[in-house]
Parts: sequence; structure tokens; C-alpha cells
Amino acid sequence: MNWDSLAGFLAMGGRGAFVWGSYGVTLLCVLLELWLLKQGRRQGLRALWRRQQIDIDEAAAMPASQDNP
Amino acid sequence: MNLFHYASPQTFYPLAGRLVPVFAVLAALLAAAGLYLGFFVAPTDAQQGEVYRIIFIHVPAAWMSMFIYLVMAFWSAVGLIFNTRLSHMMTRALAPTGALFCFVALWTGALWGKPTWGTYWVWDARLTSQLLLQFLYFGYLALVHAIEDPRRADRAGAIIALVGAVNVPVIYFSVQWWNTLHQGASVSLSKAPSMATTMLWGMLLMALAAWAYTIAVSLARVRGIMLERERRTDWAMAEIARAGAAGGARA
Repeated sequence: MNWDSLAGFLAMGGRGAFVWGSYGVTLLCVLLELWLLKQGRRQGLRALWRRQQIDIDEAAAMPASQDNP
Repeated sequence: MNLFHYASPQTFYPLAGRLVPVFAVLAALLAAAGLYLGFFVAPTDAQQGEVYRIIFIHVPAAWMSMFIYLVMAFWSAVGLIFNTRLSHMMTRALAPTGALFCFVALWTGALWGKPTWGTYWVWDARLTSQLLLQFLYFGYLALVHAIEDPRRADRAGAIIALVGAVNVPVIYFSVQWWNTLHQGASVSLSKAPSMATTMLWGMLLMALAAWAYTIAVSLARVRGIMLERERRTDWAMAEIARAGAAGGARA
């Protein structure tokens, strides 16, 4: 064990700002990427689903279109 | 097992969906183990004190940023030569994560440079070529998003990925070719690593975590790209209807 107290752990031998600045920003970047991925998945799926619904509605509104091209 | 079986989006999509949580959990476990070793087992560095602990993200991120770019170049070459749709989709899915690791390598390098070199930034060969890699990632992303037609975007992006790959060996060997402020490689295949064993293991575990994370995230991303591009096919229409009705589309 390297640390005798939480304060000592956070201080990182007086270089806490550099060490935690590195780890903190890395964590933020990862969280941002995961959030963007989740958002993108949801929005993309919603857009695709809507487009599909429109296609289905249009096809239903024109039942004779295949018989009379 | 026939590998080509999984080269079609229809079969790859559900496979990727099953692999994402596996690699996500793996990444979390590896990162937890790596951070434990890095902070609680690895000793204080005799010269640098505690600030060297930045190494556990800096080196894996830098490795990953270079490796992902090479993988993008590989998929681009495959896509250009064999005209396979999935290859270009993989290139695209990898790019944002590569850009992220490149940024992390630059950021943590700056914060490590200040207390050890006395400066956040210096225009030496290693740092400058790594910055160029960042711009190559941004350039790739800007280009493929600017071109409307996906096939043209794929081909243009593939050219950037292939041409830019020349930069990767320049980054890697820059510390040997030029007199850089950046130190030489601490770990190489040809000689024993110049660091304590627990430090090395912490770093390698973090590198494996970065690998698993990249696989999980890029597979999740490629699924979205696949669904969008294949939306007119039967399997994608069924998946959109299923996922949409399940609430994913309305949430």
C-alpha cells in the first residue's frame, strides 16, 4: 500500500492537479463518448422507425398502385 | 466456422450486439485491475515521484491512437480492393474512438510534461507527429460527414486513412530518428522493459482495457451505421420495426 491517508492519495506527492487532471479529463471523454453513442443509437433508431412508418402508411394509402402502374 | 458468413451485415449485426456487453464488462474489469495495480501496488518512481502514474493512461491511449489508425487503414484497403461494404463501415465506426484516444494521449502528455519537463508543449518530433495524427482523425471525420453519398464518402475517407497511415511509423520511431525531448520507448519487443514489473503490468492491463473498450464501442457504433445503410433490406426493416416497437424509437 502506497498511501497512509486519503489526503495523501489525493495529493499524489504534490502533483495531484496533474495526475487527477489527466484521469478526470480521460473519464469525461469516455463518458461523453458513451453518452453520444447512446443518444445516436436512440435518435437514429427513432428516425429510421418514423421513416418506416411513413413508408407503411403511404403503401396502405395506395392499395391500387401496383395494379395500375 | 466460415468467417465470410459474418462478413454480411445481416449476420454480423446480431453477433456484434452479443459481443458489445462482453467486451464492455471485460474493459471495466481490466481497467479496475489496472488502476488498482497502478495506484496501490506499483511503487513511487525514484526520479519522478507520483506524477509518473499518468503513464497508466498516457501510454495505452497513445498506443491505441496509433493502432486504431492502422486498423482503419487496413479496413480502408480491404474496402477499396474488395469493395466490401462492412469494411468501410468498420473504418467509420473506429474513427471517433481513435480521435478520442489521440486527444487523451496529447492531454495527459501535456499534464505530464509540465511537472517533468517544465512545459506543457514543445514542438519536438514525437509531439508534433502525434498532433498531426489528431488532425488526420478530425480530417477523416469531417470529410466523411461532409459527403452526402455514403459510397463516395467511404472512398474519400479510405484515401485519407491510407495516406495518413504513413504518419504512424513516423510517430512511433520519432524518438529514435530525431533528438526529441520525449523519452524513448519504455517497452519494446527487443529488450527488457525499463520499468518495475508492477508498473509494467498496470500499464499492460490498462492497454488491454483500452482494447476491449475500443472493440465494444466500435461494434456498438457499427451497428447503428449498418442499420442506417441497410434500412431498405428485409432484415434491417424487421429490426427497425422490432426495436422501434420495443420503445427504443419512442423513448
